[in-house]
Amino acid sequence: MSLTWYLVVSALIFCIGAGGVLVRRNPLVILLCIELMLNAANLALVGFSRMHGNMDGQIFALIVMVIAACEVAIGLGLIVALYRRRLPIDVDELRELQG
Amino acid sequence: MAEVIFFIAAIGAIAGAVGTVALRNPFYSVLALVCHLLALAALFLLLRAEFVAAAQVVVYAGAVMVLYVFVVAYVGGSGEPLTASTGATLRFASLIFALALFAELTIALVGTSLSALNSDGAPYESGFGSPAEVGELFLTKFLLAFELASLLLLIAAVGAVILARRRTGLGDPREISVADVMRVTASDAPPETMLEAGGPPHR
Repeated sequence: MSLTWYLVVSALIFCIGAGGVLVRRNPLVILLCIELMLNAANLALVGFSRMHGNMDGQIFALIVMVIAACEVAIGLGLIVALYRRRLPIDVDELRELQG
Repeated sequence: MAEVIFFIAAIGAIAGAVGTVALRNPFYSVLALVCHLLALAALFLLLRAEFVAAAQVVVYAGAVMVLYVFVVAYVGGSGEPLTASTGATLRFASLIFALALFAELTIALVGTSLSALNSDGAPYESGFGSPAEVGELFLTKFLLAFELASLLLLIAAVGAVILARRRTGLGDPREISVADVMRVTASDAPPETMLEAGGPPHR
């Protein structure tokens, strides 16, 4: 399979994730959509790595996975803190920082 | 054969992504994302990234998604209406934006005229993508990134614990924390001095 197919799949998954971040209001689902975008980037990185025969892209993808795990831990901690404070789990309601 | 597996995995990945965005119950969204991650691991295997695929299944679809499932079960996966009362036009605009982004990305990627775009890639060498190669690169060329990643994981773990810990005064009064138990047992203990017992009864 040529690299173009992988890149198009990656772009499609990225756009689905970006659209999900814009459409959904539950912060849990927004985190999931960010995961989608990170995974799309990972697919592109691994594809480029394969095409060059160079392992650096795979290392990059693994580091991205580490960052994603950190982001999930912090994001879920924030959501649990929101739930503990009886705040609504809805990003449209949480706009104190909007000014 | 590779084409068949690619299309099955790609369709699975895209369907999982669509399910993640479109399903109303966050619990089902998490399950759709697990399907997406498994299909993506198959794509990684096709790209000869064995260790990345294994890490994807074990770390992502295993550990991280279990964390998600726990939080969804704790917070309660209440089905949110997809259409907000005010956001119908916003939703339409974001769909348009996503489609435009896809078109732009595809044009940008396909139009780059990279020489590798239409080839099958570099010739496969044995050991490419194996854990031994990944480990060697992590400990030689990317040592700084490796150490920083471990530090970042530590910071994230501490931050998550601090964010999600139980604060006094904000917790549910029906819940019993360790501090409450300690307080109750302390007050139930027999008073040791007369002052603690309330002092002399007269006066």
